Amino acid sequence: MTGRPSTLRLLWVQTVYQSKLFWRNPVSAFFTLAFPVMIFVVFSLVFGNEKIPYLEITVAQYYAPSLAVFAAVSATYTNLAITTSYQRDLGILKRIRGTPLPAWVYMGGKIISATYIAFIGIVIMIGVGVAFYGLNVYGRTMPAAILTFLVGSFAFSALGLFISAVAPSGQAATAVANATLLPLAFFSGIFIIPAEDSPTWLRLVGDFFPLKHFNDAFFAAFDPQRTDAAFEGGHLAYMVLWGVIAAALAIRWFTWEPTVGGSTTRRRRAARVPT
Amino acid sequence: MAAIEVRGLVKRYGDLEAVAGIDLTVLEGEVFALLGPNGAGKTTTVEILEGYRERTSGDVSVLGYDPGDPPREFRERIGIVLQETSVEPELTVAEALDIYGAIYPRRRPTGELIELVGLTDKRDDRVKTLSGGQRRRLELALGIVGDPDLIFLDEPTTGFDPSARRQAWTVIENLRGLGKTILLTTHYMDEAQHLSDRVAVIARGRIIAAGTPETIGGRADAKTMIRFRVAGVALDSLPLVPVRLDGGFVEIESSDPTRDLYTLTRWALDNEIELEDLVVDRPSLEDIYLQLTDDEVTA
Repeated sequence: MTGRPSTLRLLWVQTVYQSKLFWRNPVSAFFTLAFPVMIFVVFSLVFGNEKIPYLEITVAQYYAPSLAVFAAVSATYTNLAITTSYQRDLGILKRIRGTPLPAWVYMGGKIISATYIAFIGIVIMIGVGVAFYGLNVYGRTMPAAILTFLVGSFAFSALGLFISAVAPSGQAATAVANATLLPLAFFSGIFIIPAEDSPTWLRLVGDFFPLKHFNDAFFAAFDPQRTDAAFEGGHLAYMVLWGVIAAALAIRWFTWEPTVGGSTTRRRRAARVPT
Repeated sequence: MAAIEVRGLVKRYGDLEAVAGIDLTVLEGEVFALLGPNGAGKTTTVEILEGYRERTSGDVSVLGYDPGDPPREFRERIGIVLQETSVEPELTVAEALDIYGAIYPRRRPTGELIELVGLTDKRDDRVKTLSGGQRRRLELALGIVGDPDLIFLDEPTTGFDPSARRQAWTVIENLRGLGKTILLTTHYMDEAQHLSDRVAVIARGRIIAAGTPETIGGRADAKTMIRFRVAGVALDSLPLVPVRLDGGFVEIESSDPTRDLYTLTRWALDNEIELEDLVVDRPSLEDIYLQLTDDEVTA
């Protein structure tokens, strides 16, 4: 058949479409992009912008990159988990499945769009830090920061899609995504700077999950004590491992159709069918 | 040429046999209606043909492809309008058609589709602001956005008001005029009667009757029913023998309605009797359907 749209064009259309949907949901746009900035501003008000005693850096120098990571993870992990699950509940995924669009292009569009929004989130956070809080940005470490951002966005996109594959409904996915991200953000040094003498179990939990690795690798690029390019190979490899496993399980368990009895939407629809 | 060819189709869910051996042929350019009560296996059958569900056994060919393992061409050539799908509520009508249209090699222009389903005024409105009937019409437009050769319509007009239904029928008739093959499921017998070339009735996972809307279930051979009400007349003075008397109503079965009506009306005029509420009727498709599915349920 002639005239089949090129894969690149399909990917572009899907990316634009998913991004458009993001901006049309003001609540999620607010929580993804504005919320981390608010936390940052609040932290700066509460803690001032003094040097953190044992880290020898300012509060902004630590929290701007940390909350930038938080924004990126909200844009990828939380958003993909929730929107994909709701799209399934509504029968949107089922419709997509009935079209000739290859599944990977649909998912690819979602991931690229989420990564693009994550990038905006990071730029806003770093921008606010530089403009108002004296955040130092180093050209020498920017390649490492960008690579870390891309690897982290891939891993957390895959994890978001994994959550949507196992959650029976949009409501469940919302609960799971928030109930995992927020506690982990505390364990991973995003909301709280880990004390030197923090308990071992807490450190082990943080080390196990990928969020701390994203945070550590990204912060490295903003660490004033570093003099090298700040590539954190170990952290990156660990995130890739999580991403690959999450992607494989998501592909294996993903369903395109609403779960029977799994959501109120579906039950309401079923009740409406005339007999 | 057959657009859809099904032989011995079976689908089991555990112990439940949702589809229990269906044979079905839908010719190219034909509008074929599947009728049947809920849970009869209608949707399961259609979803197997669309490639949504795997079959347990049987031979299925749709446009020459096996929908159990279809290439991309298969989905490029079919259009699906399901009840359980929906469109992103935050997109506008035109955006939805643009985005879905971009997936297909042959696409129908957005403006043309919007006009075809009568949503011109709603072109730039968000999907979430549309009424149920308008959404359904958008779904219909999305089902044909890729200019498909074969269109599946699962209860396309459920929830429509009468004028919206007429509009949808016109759209479907236009599609048929373009040589498209259409497989339709519906609860509305007038819809099946109006639109389809052939119908099949499914109950308990089997096809229990198939034919044209005019002949299915022995409808062509069924007798005409003459029904009226008379007051103050001795029934044995009627020129014809009634089959049923019910609350003043008289029902006469006729295999020669022209002659019998003449006999009846001549008798009435001669005796100055008024035949109140006179109706001459043949069993409707709905009567036949109810009779067929009722037999099946009570069998």
